[in-house]
Amino acid sequence: MNESATIRTVRRLVLLIIALVVPFVFYPIFLMKAVCFALFAAAFNLLIGFAGLLSFGHAAFFGSASYVTAYAAKTWGFTPLPAILAGTAVAGIMGVVFGWLAIRRKGIYFAMVTLALSQMVYFYALESKYTGGEDGIQPVPLRDVFGVIDLNQPLTMYYFVLAICLLGFGIIYRAIHSPFGEVLRAIRDNEPRAISLGYKTDRYKLLAFTLSATLAGLAGATKALVFQLASLTDVTWQMSGDVVLMTLIGGLGTIWGPVVGAFISITMENYLAELGSWVTVIQGTIFVVCVLVFRRGVVGEIVHFINRRQRRPRLAEEPRTL
Amino acid sequence: MLDWLHIAVPPAPALFGQLLIGLINGAFYAMLSLGLAVIFGLLNIINFAHGAQYMLGAFCAYLILNYLGIGYWPSLLVAPIVVGIFGMLLERFFIRWVYRLDHLYGLLLTFGMALIIQGVFRQYYGSAGQPYSIPDLLAGGQDLGFMFLPNYRAWVIVASTVFCFGTWFVIERTRLGAYLRAATENPALVQAFGINVPRMVTLTYGFGVALAALAGVLAAPIYQVSPLMGSNLIIVVFAVVVIGGMGSILGSIVGGFALGIVEGLTKVFYPEASSTVIFVIMAIVLLVKPAGLFGRAA
Repeated sequence: MNESATIRTVRRLVLLIIALVVPFVFYPIFLMKAVCFALFAAAFNLLIGFAGLLSFGHAAFFGSASYVTAYAAKTWGFTPLPAILAGTAVAGIMGVVFGWLAIRRKGIYFAMVTLALSQMVYFYALESKYTGGEDGIQPVPLRDVFGVIDLNQPLTMYYFVLAICLLGFGIIYRAIHSPFGEVLRAIRDNEPRAISLGYKTDRYKLLAFTLSATLAGLAGATKALVFQLASLTDVTWQMSGDVVLMTLIGGLGTIWGPVVGAFISITMENYLAELGSWVTVIQGTIFVVCVLVFRRGVVGEIVHFINRRQRRPRLAEEPRTL
Repeated sequence: MLDWLHIAVPPAPALFGQLLIGLINGAFYAMLSLGLAVIFGLLNIINFAHGAQYMLGAFCAYLILNYLGIGYWPSLLVAPIVVGIFGMLLERFFIRWVYRLDHLYGLLLTFGMALIIQGVFRQYYGSAGQPYSIPDLLAGGQDLGFMFLPNYRAWVIVASTVFCFGTWFVIERTRLGAYLRAATENPALVQAFGINVPRMVTLTYGFGVALAALAGVLAAPIYQVSPLMGSNLIIVVFAVVVIGGMGSILGSIVGGFALGIVEGLTKVFYPEASSTVIFVIMAIVLLVKPAGLFGRAA
């Protein structure tokens, strides 16, 4: 094990310990929300940051998984894990279908297609008799996991959510640091070149889209249990916009950017809740500022700063904008 | 003898009524997707704020009526000019900075602008709609025998058709339009011929925005004036644009009207699907002809 690997291991352990003790300092419900959204944003970032595909419809996967999980737990009496699995699986299947349609177009068209498809899901959720219309599905019952773990305890719930989301982050981390991730980056940087090297880029893009949708679904499914609620909010285009914003604030294409962005965004929402529509105005302003002057995002700027001070461009970790 | 037909075919007034609603919606789809196409052609930006600018047009008409007493007819001119100038300022001070970046940043930037504009109006006017009455000249309607045609709706269809084809004529058949098309193909070369391309870009954006605002004024008496009136509409218009393909001005006009009619007919025959039919068509078009019906392969 070389030096930098040791540092990385230590860093990870420290972060894990922080994650384990924070619920004694902050409200678990706030942390659980932030962790779920961090996973959502990380899943979204897998697509935009590493495959260069901007999906403006990720709420469709997040929200559908949330509905399916809530429905399975409430109507069919599923325990939490099978319910989450059901929601995630549905999001994955939707990911295959939507991805299959959307990767036929590139760039802004891709964004518009995903947005339109997710709006279709929104209208379905609005009118379907399974989703409870404006009320949504609530309260979602929390049965014991494995018959012993009682999720009605906030702390237990927090560790349960943390475990699930860490699993999600682990999958994303592995995907990014695998040959598959390298191919995705090659496609992002120069698709014709990747094709000429013999890669079936459409398959890679579809796989990335499906993976991203599945993990967004995992986040949505978990969120449904945290709030014991699945509602229309989760499938709106505003939700899709939120996750874009989180990733943009934190830094597109960085590992930690989406996590940091999600925490910043959720904290902001928490403190600004009483401002009503000004929250939307502030979000819009952040969008404009990020696009005009702050394209690397918080984490991206930090990494860029460190790299420049050390005067050694570590190409693999140099944050990039689109 | 043909009684059995009535099971399959709804009564004529309902059918034509929905057809009319579809045509009206189609008129707005056409005007908005036309504006998007014009802007996209020259700026290479998808104007996510288009829905918000449509709303601004309606609000502008509403505000100058209530505070200045300026009625519907002057509004048709005033609102597009005011909102168009606002759009040009946005282009000059914000959008201009993202031209050299990936096109996705233009989408994100204008999305942010849409959030700001809609947020401000929702803060002051809530989410509820404000009524805007039909001008006296166009009150009432005609009984066509098979259906009742409100005058105002007839006017909207005629007016939007005229505006759309007027735009098409200017772009495809005049010298100004030729400059515009040339700048779309190769801005550097057009600039070298002594045409002020940056100013042309600003004016084009302003024109596209003004077209959205005009659609907003036309829509004000039909739908209520509300801060979110454009937010769901713009997504449908995006789907229309994907279906038609952005390459063609005529395509966005025809596509807009046609899809509005399809949506109206769906409301008659299978109401459950009426809000999603355009998205389904979009999915089918993507399968069959990914570049869009009138589009050129990218």
